[in-house]
Amino acid sequence: MIEPEVEVGWIAEDLAVEFPELRLLYMTIEARPGSSPPDVKRRLRTLADRYTGGKAVTLRQQAVPWAYRVFFRQVGIDPDENRTPTEAIALERMRAGGFPSRNLVDDALLIATVETNVPVLAFDEDRLSGPLGLRLAGEHERLGGAGRPLSSRQVVVADADRAVAVLFLDTAEGRGVHPQTERIRLASVQVKGVPDVSAEESLWIARETLLGEV
Amino acid sequence: MAEVMERRRSGTPMAVPRAPVRPDEGAARRSLREQIAHLEGELGALFCSAYPRMGFDWRVPSRGGPRVLSLVELEELRDELADRLEHNRRVLGDRTYVEEFNRCRIEEMLLAPEEHKWVVIRNEDIGERGCKSWHVRPRFGLLGMLMNWWRVRISSGCPLAEGHGPRNP
Repeated sequence: MIEPEVEVGWIAEDLAVEFPELRLLYMTIEARPGSSPPDVKRRLRTLADRYTGGKAVTLRQQAVPWAYRVFFRQVGIDPDENRTPTEAIALERMRAGGFPSRNLVDDALLIATVETNVPVLAFDEDRLSGPLGLRLAGEHERLGGAGRPLSSRQVVVADADRAVAVLFLDTAEGRGVHPQTERIRLASVQVKGVPDVSAEESLWIARETLLGEV
Repeated sequence: MAEVMERRRSGTPMAVPRAPVRPDEGAARRSLREQIAHLEGELGALFCSAYPRMGFDWRVPSRGGPRVLSLVELEELRDELADRLEHNRRVLGDRTYVEEFNRCRIEEMLLAPEEHKWVVIRNEDIGERGCKSWHVRPRFGLLGMLMNWWRVRISSGCPLAEGHGPRNP
């Protein structure tokens, strides 16, 4: 059993100069994906009941969702086109009328995001090498090493060898959690305006949900 | 030295040698990012004020992110956000003016329906949610039209999503 510990990822210098408050936190746990137990499904229902239309509308005036909207703008993403994770969840809640359970990992990430407004990513620990960090993509670099080409200077989540995800957009093929995953690395991205406690709390909530400690 | 004295005497301005100064782009970028954050906050507040009114365009085109934007791109983004904010404020101002006008009109309709024959004002015309409407119609149909008996009929709201259910036999 791996002792859970929140680690702080590295940030490339050129990115840190531009966004000094940008942080990546991660934690590794031993957990396997599967269907969600009744407790998790119940929690999803409770969370869905707390999410009203009024709350969804005023989301962008709350400090943490606003901080992610601002960051999206500052890195050239239109948050009304590519929604921030919290807003995407709120929109889906309004559309679907609830939070339907998908699987344990997706449900855990959703619960953590809804509770803290901090988005959480999940990777297959055994497909990563070394610590995670944030950097700008290099010339002719490909996502995951052999995936789609990345734009030069795109902000990516990377391990020691390659870019494993485009920040807030897509994850490289095979780096995410799949049915055979035995160890999961959870990561949260903290931007300016997001309290440390929220960023860490999101990881702990995701961990507790995955390990059935809800 | 002699050359300097000569220039002073002739009144020609002296060219003072200066070390090349690079503008602090970092400070400019920080300032622009703060302005973008501020504008985004104001847009968010305006979005909440405008709800549930439809027809606003909140989008400001993306810059192919996530990436570090250049100074020019940050400036363009700031300007576009400011334009979007100003435009939507103006649209909301116009809308609220019309909505206020419609509210007054509802009062007038209620006081003197015969002066507002067939006028319909819906909830969306006064910036509110729902399907309620105020409709000036003749009392007793054709007879009311001939006798000039008019009244305001207030609808009972939106139809039920499930309908009224099966009718009793």
